Amino acid sequence: MAKMATREAYGKALAELIQKDPKVVVLDADLSKSTKSYDAKAVVPERHFNVGIAESNMMGIAAGLAAVGNTVYASTFAMFATGRAYEIVRNSIGYTHLNVKICATHAGLTLGEDGASHQSVEDLALMRGIPGMTVIQPVDDVETFKVINAIAEMNGPVYVRLGRFAVDTVNTPDYDFKIGKGVVLRDGGDITVFATGILVQQALIAADKLKEEGIHLNVINFHTIKPLDEELVIQYAKKSKFVIAAEEHSKFGGLSSAVAEVLALNCPTKMDIVAINDTFGESGTPQALIEKYGLTANDIIAKVKKHL
Amino acid sequence: MATLEELKHHALNVRRNVIKMVTEAKSGHIGGSFSATEIAVSLYFNEMNITKDNVKDKVRDRFVLSKGHASPLLFAVLAEKGFIPQEELLTFRKINSRLQGHPNMNYVDGVDMSTGSLGQGLSAAVGMALSYKLHNEPYRIYSLVGDGESQEGMIWEAAMAAAHYKLDNLCAILDWNGLQIDGDITKVMNPLPLDEKFKAFGWHVILVDGHDYNQLFAAYAEARTVKGKPTMIVAKCVKGKGVSFMENQAGWHGVAPTPEQAEAALKELV
Repeated sequence: MAKMATREAYGKALAELIQKDPKVVVLDADLSKSTKSYDAKAVVPERHFNVGIAESNMMGIAAGLAAVGNTVYASTFAMFATGRAYEIVRNSIGYTHLNVKICATHAGLTLGEDGASHQSVEDLALMRGIPGMTVIQPVDDVETFKVINAIAEMNGPVYVRLGRFAVDTVNTPDYDFKIGKGVVLRDGGDITVFATGILVQQALIAADKLKEEGIHLNVINFHTIKPLDEELVIQYAKKSKFVIAAEEHSKFGGLSSAVAEVLALNCPTKMDIVAINDTFGESGTPQALIEKYGLTANDIIAKVKKHL
Repeated sequence: MATLEELKHHALNVRRNVIKMVTEAKSGHIGGSFSATEIAVSLYFNEMNITKDNVKDKVRDRFVLSKGHASPLLFAVLAEKGFIPQEELLTFRKINSRLQGHPNMNYVDGVDMSTGSLGQGLSAAVGMALSYKLHNEPYRIYSLVGDGESQEGMIWEAAMAAAHYKLDNLCAILDWNGLQIDGDITKVMNPLPLDEKFKAFGWHVILVDGHDYNQLFAAYAEARTVKGKPTMIVAKCVKGKGVSFMENQAGWHGVAPTPEQAEAALKELV
């Protein structure tokens, strides 16, 4: 199976996009080699600006560039894009509904060894709370390509959550991608896992293992966390004994909360969550971190068995 | 080009409308609107090319009111330009109005950036100026920054970037009226010397009397000749300028006049 970090795919997609779309301008805050926005600079240097270690100013500049017609891709780590610059994103980009695509990398615990100061566990909650903000987390390289191109075509602000380390490709190149539409990766079961990001791959592993025991999981990838594909959530909740929401994010405010909101209002369904408890992370390898913080296929399997 | 007499007439109408708007709304910011009235009038009636024909265009001369609480000033000037119906001004800060407490760019043609949370507008102005450089657009970006606002760290991030990118198409004006909500800026958190600070950040700095049209026009003209640097016009202003009992009073930063006070103010603004 192919493996690539979504940030790597972002850099490659952006390098293609910037060459074919003259409205694209890219900003970074001294992390362009890590976020991979540098790939765009390598091909169109005049439309890539490194604003230095000043994330707030980067978001303000992004708003100004967008206000006069540019499509802006602004990158830094998820921690700083949504934390340091939150109120600028909220007021200068969200409230204005300007065409700024915040492509934030190194999201979640699996940023790894840099530790809790750099691990965003609440970025989805912050971005989901901004009215009109579209929130997307591509699951793999194939999806990242589609996302980066699709958001150039839509008007308004988008938060794209990208990861640091290489992940398995789960989509085929010709699969049907649409912003706001979930992707059913495993079907025909009576238990459903609603997952996003790296928990999609973990859910697929869990599904394969449980299949051997005669337990059939549906696995749905919600690349778009907002607006959530509510119809799909309801459709699968109705045909499931119970559902599990799984994400590399705090259990407060991310996909789990979004799914719970839809279920509570439309079709109350037994539900559990595989996500980060109310805690900060710590240094460690991505694998050690997802094991310690309960974000693996085994954690999904344990929850499934608990409710069977 | 408007004559000095015409500009004075516009400024008088603007100040009268600001009093009426804030009195009707029972809230709003008069002090910082009056300190910058000559600055805004001089920009909109002589310096910038903004007309009914191009006001809907994204790419033209633009003005970013970084000190967004001076929204009564901006709306009154846009009404004086004919972009907002005069009668609409009295909807300011009321439910369903386009004229929000702090300006929203998506509601009103001629509001070139949504602002209000201090420190953000100058960065947006930098982005606009950067775009005009990138795309070889001949227009200019203007931004009005508050002296108290310069206590925000983001102003200095923007200042650094504007000089770094050699944005000589950016002309900012600093409303140095010396007062903020809680009092004298030098006592709350001293941002002075602002001229020296912007010079140190790589800006061309011009000191003017912010109520003297001739000095403002000379500064705008000088800014157009500067190459490779943004310009900061540090304008010494009087908060509440034009109404005797409001001048240099921090208390008039964001308080509405009573109907009697409004009447007294309007009697002075003739």
